[in-house]
Amino acid sequence: MFEIVKRQEMADGTVVMNEISAPQIAKKAKPGQFVILKANETGERIPLTMADTDPEKGIITIIYQIVGKSTALFKSLKTGDCFQDVIGPLGKPTHLEKLGTVVCVGGGTGVAVMHPITRGLKELGNNVFAVIGARNKDLLILEDKMKAASNELYVCTDDGSYGHHGFVTDVLKDILEKEDVKLVVGIGPVPMMKFVCKVTAEYNVKTFVSLNAIMVDGTGMCGCCRVTVGGKTRFACVDGPEFEGHEVDFDELMQRLQAYKEEEAIAYEQFKNAGGL
Amino acid sequence: MAQKAGKKEKIPRQGMPEQKPEVRRRNFKEVPLGYTRELAMKEAERCLQCKKPSCMEDCPVSVDIPGFIKFIKEGDFSGAIHKIWEKNALPAVCGRVCPQEMQCEGNCILGKKGEPVAIGNLERFVADYERENGKGDIPEKVERTGKRVAVVGSGPSGLTVAGDLVLKGHDVTIFEAFHKPGGVLVYGIPEFRLPKDIVYSEVKTLEKLGVKLECNNVVGRSVSVDELFEQGYDAVYIGVGAGLPSFLNIPGENSIGVYSANEYLTRANLMKAYLFPEYDTPIARGKNVVVLGAGNVAMDSARTAMRLGADKVRIVYRRSRQEMPARSAEIHHAEEEGIEFYLLTAPTRFISDDAGRVISMECLKMELGEPDDSGRRRPIPIEGSEFELECDMAVIAVGAGANPLLTQSTEDIELSKWGYIIADPDTGKTTKKAVWAGGDIVSGQATVILAMGAGRKVSDSIDNYLKWGW
Ligand SMILES: Cc1cc2nc3c(=O)[nH]c(=O)nc-3n(C[C@H](O)[C@H](O)[C@H](O)COP(=O)(O)OP(=O)(O)OC[C@H]3O[C@@H](n4cnc5c(N)ncnc54)[C@H](O)[C@@H]3O)c2cc1C
Ligand SMILES: Cc1cc2nc3c(=O)[nH]c(=O)nc-3n(C[C@H](O)[C@H](O)[C@H](O)COP(=O)(O)OP(=O)(O)OC[C@H]3O[C@@H](n4cnc5c(N)ncnc54)[C@H](O)[C@@H]3O)c2cc1C
Ligand code: SF4
Ligand code: FES
Repeated sequence: MFEIVKRQEMADGTVVMNEISAPQIAKKAKPGQFVILKANETGERIPLTMADTDPEKGIITIIYQIVGKSTALFKSLKTGDCFQDVIGPLGKPTHLEKLGTVVCVGGGTGVAVMHPITRGLKELGNNVFAVIGARNKDLLILEDKMKAASNELYVCTDDGSYGHHGFVTDVLKDILEKEDVKLVVGIGPVPMMKFVCKVTAEYNVKTFVSLNAIMVDGTGMCGCCRVTVGGKTRFACVDGPEFEGHEVDFDELMQRLQAYKEEEAIAYEQFKNAGGL
Repeated sequence: MAQKAGKKEKIPRQGMPEQKPEVRRRNFKEVPLGYTRELAMKEAERCLQCKKPSCMEDCPVSVDIPGFIKFIKEGDFSGAIHKIWEKNALPAVCGRVCPQEMQCEGNCILGKKGEPVAIGNLERFVADYERENGKGDIPEKVERTGKRVAVVGSGPSGLTVAGDLVLKGHDVTIFEAFHKPGGVLVYGIPEFRLPKDIVYSEVKTLEKLGVKLECNNVVGRSVSVDELFEQGYDAVYIGVGAGLPSFLNIPGENSIGVYSANEYLTRANLMKAYLFPEYDTPIARGKNVVVLGAGNVAMDSARTAMRLGADKVRIVYRRSRQEMPARSAEIHHAEEEGIEFYLLTAPTRFISDDAGRVISMECLKMELGEPDDSGRRRPIPIEGSEFELECDMAVIAVGAGANPLLTQSTEDIELSKWGYIIADPDTGKTTKKAVWAGGDIVSGQATVILAMGAGRKVSDSIDNYLKWGW
């Protein structure tokens, strides 16, 4: 059993942060790796990236957006409640190295995933620009942490309620125009990552993205998470989740993420009707 | 003498009562219902108690078959189970899933003229009888040696090693990647063929004996083999199975609705997706399903699809009926349940709609040529024989490979070119000191009983090592 030791709602309650006691995982985890969590006996195995870890206290932090039944069920867990199963660390860690100027682009809850990577890149002595975005001001998360983790932070909102009015790709373009950027890391909704890659391809800048394919085991035994990268089938859970963005077939990923649309709607409805929210 | 034997042969082989095909094809309850005491004793009566029992020749763990059957005949079921336990710790499992027709029953002398003794059914009967009526006896604890063994993987080979070594007085901890123990017995083989409670009850027995179980531990990620030694383990056994799904590498394979058998069966069995939405994990409920391959895994996938409400399920196999590797009982059961066989047919491409969902599969007809390395006749495509099979779901069950997750993180273990661990056939020793391996990760996907047989050899070797050194 894995106890929630701290819990916080963010972005108007659409996003939840849990600090979970998982000493063995906390000791091993590196930026970019994820865990799989299962709330209870009947639960689904849900992959979430670790937004932070504290090896000394034995704590891992997850930040997740409520998008369906399982994340809603997670949200219903209080401080002191437990996840039945937490498995990890899974996936390959982000390859962090000193390159010079780098840009970290995070959208939505992708900002949470981006945070440890941004911090890691800065610690290695890179000049880190961070660009984070959300639909509106209320949905923006981790602004302060990202500010501390980067050398320069740019904030965008789709509706202009805060920071730059527009998409993260606009700001990214400006930076690419002005700076000698060696690497871009883009993490967020699939369409955002796709457009980030489109922009960086024009400037010929190497770009990493983190793919959130649907998963079951997270250890390479089922093939559910397969994605096409450079024309080849790869398993996001063991070969990734990070891949060279210019090689990724984003359209296929977007389609595959819809595989259980009907079932997800049924499960979420039932959960809400049963007073689960 | 001859007359006596002749008289015995007159008792026909006692069939096991089963759920009717029309009923069971839509439920997940076990298909064969088990012998009654009377049926079991009657079947046991048929055994000739051969002096040189040919039935034992191909049993990978050398169960004393006439020995346990004699006890059944006398109505001493407790005596029977103890006889089996001398060699086989998982009889309730083996009685259900062993390929008896290729081992004990295939060699039984009665099979030369008529029908062999139903050894598998009898094994299953005594194991079930003991579980349901026995006193739950467990062997007495022996003196502890203080030596610690880490067993990686809780499939049949890992469970065997754990059971053997705990009985020899060592401290055993099993590390399992999944949230539940049992390996393929739990995530692969469906409930209707092997009820999960049987597996859990076997694991419980091990826990009662003192085996510690650490689920959610992916060795290679959560902890490495070297770290296990740092934590104070004296020996490590690797029994991680052959859990890498094989795909066909044909166009369209990433369409929605195309599953690896591993994914399909894991969702259905381990995650209990057949109970969705009571359980949260979803699974596609195809109406018109194709399954590629013709082994046990393919039969299990096809029969699961039928139970999940398919109108039509077709097994598509590139060789002929003769070459189908599944247990004969599974093929028979599948046919009874209305599963169709498309033989000498190989897929070349999946076709999907605009949303990326599979709608059909393009195939080629095959003919059989000369025998290949495996001794089976090689399928050769017939030119110009392309045709389309409509389908809304496909399961690829054409084999499995070695998952590199653990071996990649442990450099000094030598691997075959296919990624399987190289282990000494007599002892299971790997090229790394104090590390053993066995089961499917050494042999490639084989059988439960072979995995157990490998585990048995390894536990003897580990015990020797802990006493005398490498
Ligand atoms: C490696 C990885 C890291 C991730 N990290 C984060 C994170 O840090 N924060 C965060 O908010 N989200 C993260 N996600 C996405 C998160 O796993 C999904 O949002 C979650 O599974 C949705 O479950 P649900 O039941 O609430 O929603 P559902 O209604 O089931 O689904 C909503 C959407 O989530 C996707 N999804 C459903 N089931 C799964 C599954 N088993 N695995 C992956 N995706 C699924 C589907 O594409 C679906 O469209 C990550 C995904 C992956 C693969
Ligand atoms: C669908 C299906 C049907 C089958 N039907 C039959 C049948 O009817 N009769 C028969 O005899 N055989 C059958 N088999 C084959 C048989 O199940 C296997 O040969 C046998 O289970 C192999 O045992 P094992 O102990 O080597 O590995 P497995 O049973 O594969 O167990 C390995 C375990 O190790 C765990 N693991 C893997 N990697 C790690 C890691 N890094 N860290 C920790 N744990 C890890 C896995 O999660 C798993 O639990 C079938 C197989 C399948 C897939
Ligand atoms: S070969 Fe057949 S008849 Fe002879 S001992 Fe074995 S099971 Fe009995
Ligand atoms: S989630 Fe099963 S292989 Fe990646």
